[in-house]
Amino acid sequence: MKIHEYQAKELLKQYGIPTTDGGVATSAQDAAAIARDIGGKVVVKAQIHAGGRGKGGGVKVVDGPVEAEAAAAGMLGKPLVTYQTGPEGQVVSKVLVEGAVGIASELYLGMVVDRATEKVAFMASTEGGVEIEKVAAETPEKILKEFADPGMGLMPYQARNLAYGLGLEGKTASAAASFILKLYKLFVEKDCSLAEINPLIITNDGDVMALDAKLNFDDNAMYRHPELVELRDLSEEDPSEVKASADGLSYIKLDGAVGCMVNGAGLAMATMDIIKLAGGEPANFLDVGGGANEESVTNAFKIILSDENVKVVLVNIFGGIVRCDIVAQGVIAAAKNVDLKVPVVVRLEGTNADEGLKLIEESGLNFETAKGLKAAAEKAVAAAGGVK
Amino acid sequence: MSILVNSDTRIVVQGITGREGTFHTKQCVEYGSKVVAGVTPGKGGQDVNGIPVYNTVATAVEKEGANAALIFVPPAFCGDAIMEAAEAGVELVVCITEGIPTVDMVKVKDAIKYKSVRLVGPNCPGVITPGQCKMGIMPGFIHKPGDVGVISRSGTLTYEAVAQLTELGIGQSTCIGIGGDPVIGTTFIDLLRLFNGDPDTSAVVMIGEIGGSAEEEAAAFIRDEMNKPVVSFIAGQTAPAGKRMGHAGAIIAGGKGTAAEKIAALENAGVTVSRSPADIGAEIAKVLGR
Repeated sequence: MKIHEYQAKELLKQYGIPTTDGGVATSAQDAAAIARDIGGKVVVKAQIHAGGRGKGGGVKVVDGPVEAEAAAAGMLGKPLVTYQTGPEGQVVSKVLVEGAVGIASELYLGMVVDRATEKVAFMASTEGGVEIEKVAAETPEKILKEFADPGMGLMPYQARNLAYGLGLEGKTASAAASFILKLYKLFVEKDCSLAEINPLIITNDGDVMALDAKLNFDDNAMYRHPELVELRDLSEEDPSEVKASADGLSYIKLDGAVGCMVNGAGLAMATMDIIKLAGGEPANFLDVGGGANEESVTNAFKIILSDENVKVVLVNIFGGIVRCDIVAQGVIAAAKNVDLKVPVVVRLEGTNADEGLKLIEESGLNFETAKGLKAAAEKAVAAAGGVK
Repeated sequence: MSILVNSDTRIVVQGITGREGTFHTKQCVEYGSKVVAGVTPGKGGQDVNGIPVYNTVATAVEKEGANAALIFVPPAFCGDAIMEAAEAGVELVVCITEGIPTVDMVKVKDAIKYKSVRLVGPNCPGVITPGQCKMGIMPGFIHKPGDVGVISRSGTLTYEAVAQLTELGIGQSTCIGIGGDPVIGTTFIDLLRLFNGDPDTSAVVMIGEIGGSAEEEAAAFIRDEMNKPVVSFIAGQTAPAGKRMGHAGAIIAGGKGTAAEKIAALENAGVTVSRSPADIGAEIAKVLGR
């Protein structure tokens, strides 16, 4: 789960982590009022989940309330296109207005769960404001790393190593070490999957401060964080993916014409791959779960068919514990529940596969059956208009 | 022979009185696995289809000689269940449960390092040695005793590969689903090492997917130490970056963890990588000359 910058900064403040002060506005007039309260130069920042806002025109430094109002008016209600949003962009519904800070230097600070070491990893770099992927690729020696012992947690000496490694001295180094330890506490207590402070700034007065903040959370842990779930902004997410997750399905929309309904995440990815090998393009990733019953299949059909690009649906179910004839009954009932205007290719494998396929063939619906993964993909691609 | 489980494996099921626990225990018993006990705190003294239920894993070990624990408890209680099993002295813990917070697994994985226990999973279908012991939720009937080891991060895709092997008359020594989470108990390398030392395993199928670098690490091990042929398939060749593909661990993050990188690393290590998920069985038949 992702949250907005202004929400992340509120969480930082709860943990005593210094960050910039400001206010959130949903109208240009409100933005002007906040700018007037702050006084002097302000920064107007579009609040969308995607990164790359600065380059996309979503961050403006302006002189006062009048200019802040104009800047906010230029962002609110309009799509902001960044390298992370895709060409259609993401509509801005909130802006954050903050006082401009005198910056002496910009640093990078990031935290993730490192899969290779199975520890929470801290990364710091003097190359603030730049994409860390770029730094990692071009000048990996500029990235400092520390790994937190799972039992002991991140130790103060590790935070000092990072602070001194960044070239900081005196009270600034102490402040940075304190910042890092507090951020680790937040990361673990709130079940973050990513915490990124880019840039972490040193002000002209030698203070350490988060100028931007990005926090992502572990979806698996949200059951114990109702306070974070409240921060979710559904308007930032694909509506069909939101609907699918509410139905207990795992769905990712793609650009092709072959809709896929599969049980199991690995097999669902493999089905996308074999569609591509057969010369087609998958319209989505969809895992209906192990059960694949009438209800889940009905919901899955509805989501797949809500995508206008879909010209055919490929149902690929490996019936293991769940019998294929039961799955077939669910697929047939589900097909009758939804207004099916496109052909459906059904491949069933596993327990009672032949009985299941017989039921599908005798259903009188616009179904085609297939034996084997390869044949199923080829039939589906042909039904979608052939090899591209 | 086989690895991890065999006809001497004595299973205790944690969460046996729950819906999934009861159902899959029955399936395991019908396959011929020795399920000797169940554990549900507060329900000690009851039985589930004739299998005695205890309050603690330690009692199940003491009274019934359980040496392996199969976990079906909800995600919030899995850290506790795994630690209890490890402390009780079982040799193997298989955790089926999906949805355990990553931070919890980071701590559990670190804590069990100091105990002589092997954890498989979480978020996995389990382990099966065909004809001897099914310790998990996989459909038993698709398997056939034989000499090909199977390791996979996925569930149904593993069944797909196993079914292809069986269809071609090629049996399996042991099949393990290692799980789709970012932090898991047993890795590809751990199992490749065991299969390498198992005299009755002639070749290994390794099914990976996008995300992380476990396949690249496995490739280095195969290049340096493996003396048996390995056939691989990597799911997610068409997956977009930045999206979690069902499994918590299946995500291309910061341009890392793509199928292309993994395939290249494996091929450089001498692994036969099947581009199509439909040809995994056929590729094994080819390397074994059958």
